[in-house]
Order: sequence, then structure tokens, then C-alpha cells
Amino acid sequence: MAETTLGHVDHTAPRPPGLRGFIADWSSDQRAFKGVSWGKAMMWIFLLSDTFIFGCFLLSYMTARMSTVVPWPNPSEVFALHLFGQNIPLILIAIMTFVLISSSGTMAMAVNFGYRRDRRKTAILMLLTAALGATFVGMQAFEWTKLISEGVRPWENPWGAAQFGSTFFMITGFHGTHVTIGVIFLLIVARKVWRGDYETGERGFFTSRRGQYESVEIMGLYWHFVDLVWVFIFAFFYLW
Amino acid sequence: MVDVTPHGADLIPPAEVGEMELYHPHSWWTKYVFSQDAKVIAIQYSGTALAIGLVALVLSWLMRLQLGFPGTFDFITPEAYYQFMTMHGMIMVIYLLTALFLGGFGNYLIPLMVGARDMVFPYVNMLSYWIYLLAVLVLVASFFAPGGPTGAGWTLYPPQAILSGTPGGTGPGIILMLVSLILFIIGFTMGGLNYVVTVLQGRTRGMTLMRLPLTVWGIFTATVMALLAFPALFVACVMMLFDRAIGSSFFMPAIVEMGEQSPHNGGSPIMFQHLFWFFGHPEVYIVALPAFGIVSDLISTHARKNIFGYRMMVWAIVGIGALSFVVWAHHMYVSGMHPYFGFFFATTTLIIAVPTAIKVYNWVLTLWRGDIHLTIPMLFALAFIVTFVNGGLTGLFLGNVVVDVPLSDTMFVVAHFHMVMGVAPIMVVFGAVYHWYPKMTGRMLNEWMGRFHFWVTFIGAYLIFFPMHYVGLVGVPRRYPELGDTAFIPPSVHTLNEFITVAALTVGFAQLVFLFNLFWSIRHGKEAGDNPWRATTLEWQTAGTPPPHGNFGKELPVVYRWAYDYSVPGAAEDFIAQNDPGPATQGGPA
Repeated sequence: MAETTLGHVDHTAPRPPGLRGFIADWSSDQRAFKGVSWGKAMMWIFLLSDTFIFGCFLLSYMTARMSTVVPWPNPSEVFALHLFGQNIPLILIAIMTFVLISSSGTMAMAVNFGYRRDRRKTAILMLLTAALGATFVGMQAFEWTKLISEGVRPWENPWGAAQFGSTFFMITGFHGTHVTIGVIFLLIVARKVWRGDYETGERGFFTSRRGQYESVEIMGLYWHFVDLVWVFIFAFFYLW
Repeated sequence: MVDVTPHGADLIPPAEVGEMELYHPHSWWTKYVFSQDAKVIAIQYSGTALAIGLVALVLSWLMRLQLGFPGTFDFITPEAYYQFMTMHGMIMVIYLLTALFLGGFGNYLIPLMVGARDMVFPYVNMLSYWIYLLAVLVLVASFFAPGGPTGAGWTLYPPQAILSGTPGGTGPGIILMLVSLILFIIGFTMGGLNYVVTVLQGRTRGMTLMRLPLTVWGIFTATVMALLAFPALFVACVMMLFDRAIGSSFFMPAIVEMGEQSPHNGGSPIMFQHLFWFFGHPEVYIVALPAFGIVSDLISTHARKNIFGYRMMVWAIVGIGALSFVVWAHHMYVSGMHPYFGFFFATTTLIIAVPTAIKVYNWVLTLWRGDIHLTIPMLFALAFIVTFVNGGLTGLFLGNVVVDVPLSDTMFVVAHFHMVMGVAPIMVVFGAVYHWYPKMTGRMLNEWMGRFHFWVTFIGAYLIFFPMHYVGLVGVPRRYPELGDTAFIPPSVHTLNEFITVAALTVGFAQLVFLFNLFWSIRHGKEAGDNPWRATTLEWQTAGTPPPHGNFGKELPVVYRWAYDYSVPGAAEDFIAQNDPGPATQGGPA
């Protein structure tokens, strides 16, 4: 019986490319994703699950928008800012999106310097990322304030379907919560990098375990995901 | 039959990951309460789930008392009946079965069976339990809230779930229910990520995916499904919470409530149903797949025979898991959908019968000419097969649109899903407890209490649910606290309702014997030893019983074979453990 023979995998040999390599990995022992640490695998699977949450939110929003019998407020008017004597559509969102995408860039650089064990640059870039994220959340708060002052509520708004306000606050709020959590963890990891906890083997306050430089990269995975989700929210909510 | 199994560890690849750093508890609190050991967390999960399950059991007695003897018990008002029904359903499906199979058996068995020291992230695993406990406490709190728990039915369909006319509707019952569900999902996600990563990335040397015991395959696939299905429930709960708490209209159409136009406008109740069942149908298999896996191992071990068609069993589990994501709207045939939708979902639903039937045939073929020991786990496993086939056959009725429409919302549906999703998985829970209790405590459960428990439960379950099919076919609707003098309901239904109630109370009391046995046997049970069932899988090969912190001794076991080497011809014993290098040079089908 094939099941009882020994699976012989030579880990020193180069892995076969393409589909064969995939099959070899999945039929091997110990790990299905070779070279992927536990933490990274866990973050990837969490992000898959989180994708389903955002997917359900966005699908519900689309269902509400497509099935409503009253007009949907026009996003380019609602999200316009009155600057320099004229209404500029989507200007705030454009800046917010630019800030958030830029923060992905600084995060990627932080990961790069993390691999080079350049503590100073890694920490500074992570702090910069956190600052950009905080800026994003701040601008979101400004946007919320403006809409609320114009009379947008989860149950009504002056321009049309009530679901506009409820889906807007729910989806951007849920995304903003993700960004906020990201900022908090960026600060925590940046502090650990700065102090050199990952080199001295300092134990975590809650977990009593030693951390690793890989936390920077795992943090990066989460951060890029939050940015990617924003692109979809931007496209489906503001550009539609 | 392939070549002779070569001997020696030289062909087993070296360890890819270094030893994990275990957290060693320093005090009683961190050892038994805030423990990071998956085995302790498993027992905490199981204990909590059984405790809240006991509440659900009592609720079912109260419902049966009302249905069997309507008007006899003053305190069971129609409102209270709906509240009992809602809480019974929600507790059984989510807080008992999901938590017990994944949080309980998953935590205990996954690290032991794949040969790991613990889950990959024990700290997150510990948080998972405490958030689950919090969710349970919030749920229990709703019993004491003004107005009591929600009485919306376990499906929580809007608009009625959040209208004030629903039992418990004026109080915070529904809010507590939604918050509790959200907490449960957060807690479960923490645990679920652990289970998935442990199976994928934390196996011992030699343990390939195709050597995993089917128990692990079942729990693993169910966990993956739960990580993808619970998000839909999470979103539905958040949106309904907003509808109720801050007056948004995701699910609430324009509606007249208590003679007044409600402030809601333009929401879609059907959207809730889609979200709920996108979670709800996979949920059926989240409960069923671990049961499938566990029962495969019980049958193989207690029939002393290798599982028939291991590969097909694995692919059937994965196939059922995938298919269950595209069948959800078969719960909504009467909700008002496009007829082509019904056609599509009826087709996908019936396709699931194929992998399911493969599994049933494989169980039967495993038994065929096996050395069947009628131990208590085996009795429960056999009961499961029969019950599952039963529930599956009535599922064929309900999966077809034209047959489902007249049967929808009758007691037939209640009988069907209690057979397939209630009785069948709970049979496996019992079988699994009798099977692994010796590993958890070092002592066997009492044999005679166990046999009494089995026969009363097994026969009693059929006495309860077989007549219920007939009651449903006659047209008795579900969710009615009493039937009154409705003309089309024959007197036999009233007699049967009394009969079912008596049977249900009897079965309920048998469960108290089981609970007593659980506690009694900790001290008074027969000494079990390390491997009382002479089983092959790694959890029976640990350094001690119950397994110590870190599960295995200094060295992690190395796996040389699949989990089903029973009655191998020419072997010294009728089983060869997975970590046994084996009769190296004898050849033959090792």
C-alpha cells in the first residue's frame, strides 16, 4: 500500500519548479508551505478570512445600492470639497488614498531594512508608516465630521437612499478600525525594533515569549492588506 | 502493494523547524486556569460547551412539556416557548457543537495526532477560549435581561427579529444575542487560525498530509470552512445590530409596527437570509465533518481493520467542504427567489449526496469482515451511521424544490435536521468521549453506565424523531407552542406528541447518567494504561497518560506509516503504531 511507504523528500536538493514543486510540497511531511514560518502562515490565513468579511460588507452594500428604489446620492458631489472658490470632486479621498498608498511604500522599505537588521531605519520607517496611517484616520474623521454636519446619518441623509449613510459609516468605519489597530501595532513593533528587543531576546509583556524580526514583515502583510482593501472601497464606494 | 518498506530513519527528512519554545506554567493559575496548554484549553472548551449544552437540554424538556401537554404548565407562555426554542437552537448549533468539535476535540487531538508539542500559538489559543467563555456569559446574561432572551427563532430572521412584538423584543435580548455571536466569531477565529496552521505547518517528521488520521482531516477542513463562513454571520450580526441599535435599515423594509409606521425604510430581509445561510449551510458541515472524521477512526480502531478507501475519504471530506459553500439557498425555497435559483441550488444540494454516499459506503466496507468489537465507542459509531443515513434520506426530500415547498416549516424539517445535525453528530461526540476519555484522565468510563446511556439514547432518539416525521407529513407546522383544535390535525398527533415528550424526558435523564459517569470515573474508573484500545495514532503513544506538558518526551515521534495499520498479516500484534518503524525486512504489505 502506497500509504505505508516512507515519503522520501530530499530537502537539500532544489525543489522542482511549477506544479511539480507544489505537489511535492503538499505531499511532504512537516510543512505544506516550505520556508513559510508559522506567524506568516497564520497572518495569510487570517487575511483570507478577513477578505471574506470585507467581501460580505461590500456585496451587501452593492445589493442595497442596486435594489434601492430611491435615488442614490451622487458620490462626486457628496464627497466634493469647496476649495479656492470651487467644488473639487473627490479631492479629500484622492489625498487620503495617496497617503495610504504611500504608507505601503514606507512599510515595504521598513521590511527591507528589517531584513538588513538596520534597527534605526526600520524603526523610523515604521513610525513614518504609522504617522501616515494616523493621518489617514484623521482625514477620515474630518470627512465623517463634514458629512455628519451636512445631515448624513445611518438612518437618513438629505439626498436619497438611507442606506447610503449606513453602508458608508459601517464600511469606512470598519476599515478605519483596521487602520487604527494597524497603527497601534506598528508603534508597538517599532518600539521593540528600536530597543533591540529582537536581538536581546527580551520577552513580551503579555506573551512571555521572545519576538523575532519577522514581526516587521508580518506587520507589513497586514498593512498592505488594509491598503488593498481601501482600493476596493475607494473603487466601489467613491468611483461607482 | 508496493515495494518492501525500507527500514531506518535515514529516509525520514530532518526536522525543518526547531523545537518550539513552550511556556512553562509557574503557578496553579497559569497551569489550570489561564493555561496555554492546548490540552487544558480543550478541557475548558469542552466543559463550558457541555455546561451551556445542559441549559439547552433543559430548554428542550420545557418545550416538549408544552407540546406534549399544552396548557398544563402556566409558566410556559407562548412568549417563553419562543424564547426557549431560539436559545435551544442557537446553543446547540454554535455554543455546543461547534465549540465542542473544534475547540474541544480540535484542541486536544490536533497537536497530539500530528505529533506537535502544542498549537503553534498557545497564547492566542488561550485568548480564544476566554473570548468564547465571554460569549457564553453574554448569551446567558440575556436570560436575566428585562424581557428575557430573544424569541426570534435561531435563524433570527428580520424584520421580526428586531421588532418589539417578538418575544423579548422590547428588551436587550436580541442585542445580547448578536454581541455574543460576534464575540464567539472573534474567539473562534483565534482558535481556528491555530488549528489550521498547526495542521499545515506544525506536523512532526514523516507525518505527511496523507498520513493524517481522518479525525484531523475532518477537524481541519471544518476549521477552514468556519474561517470562511463565519465572516458572513459576523457581517449579518453587525448589520442587524446597527438596524436595532441605531436605526439603520440594512434588513428592515418600510413596515408598520404596533399600528405605527416604523422609522425603517428600504432594507432587504432576503439579504439577511443570504448572509445567514451562506454561513448556516457550511455550519452544518462544520459540525458534520469532524464527526465524519472521528467516526472513521472509531470504526477502524474498534473493527481492527484499516479504513476502506482512505484517499477517497479525504477527498470526500474536502469535496463536501467545497460544495457546501454553493448550496445555501436551499434553505430559502419559500423565501421568494427566482425559480432558476431554486433549480441551481437543488442541483448542487443533491450533488453533495455523492461524496457523502462514498463516505457511508466506505464506513460499511470498513466494517465488512472486520473484527468488530462492540465497545461503547463502536456502538455510538454504528448508531451514527444509521442515523446519518436516515437524516440524509429525508434530506433528499427537502433538497428538491417541489417536495420542499409543502414540507417547509413543518415538523418534518425539525425531524430531519435533528436526525442529521443533532442526533448524528452527538452520537459521535459521545463515542469520541468514551474513546478518548481514557487518554484525558487515565481511567476508563464506567462500562455499564455507558451501555445504559447508549441504549436509552439510541432507541430514545428514534422514538422521539421517527414519529415526528409523521407529525410533519400530516402538516403540523413547527414553531407553534400548541395546536389547539385545528381541524386537519388528527387525534393521533396529540397522542404522539405526548409519547414524544415522554421519550424526550427519558433520553434527557439518560444524559444525566452520562454526566455522572464523567465525574465518577475520574476517581473510580478502571485504570486505562497508555493505549487501552490498542490504537495506532500518535496520541496513544505519548510518554504518559494523560500526556504531559509538551505531549511527547524529549524527542518528537517520527512517523513511518499511515494511521490504519490494523491486523497487518505477519505483524506481531494486530496494530502497528504510526511511529513504529515496523517489520522492516519482512516485506509484504507493511
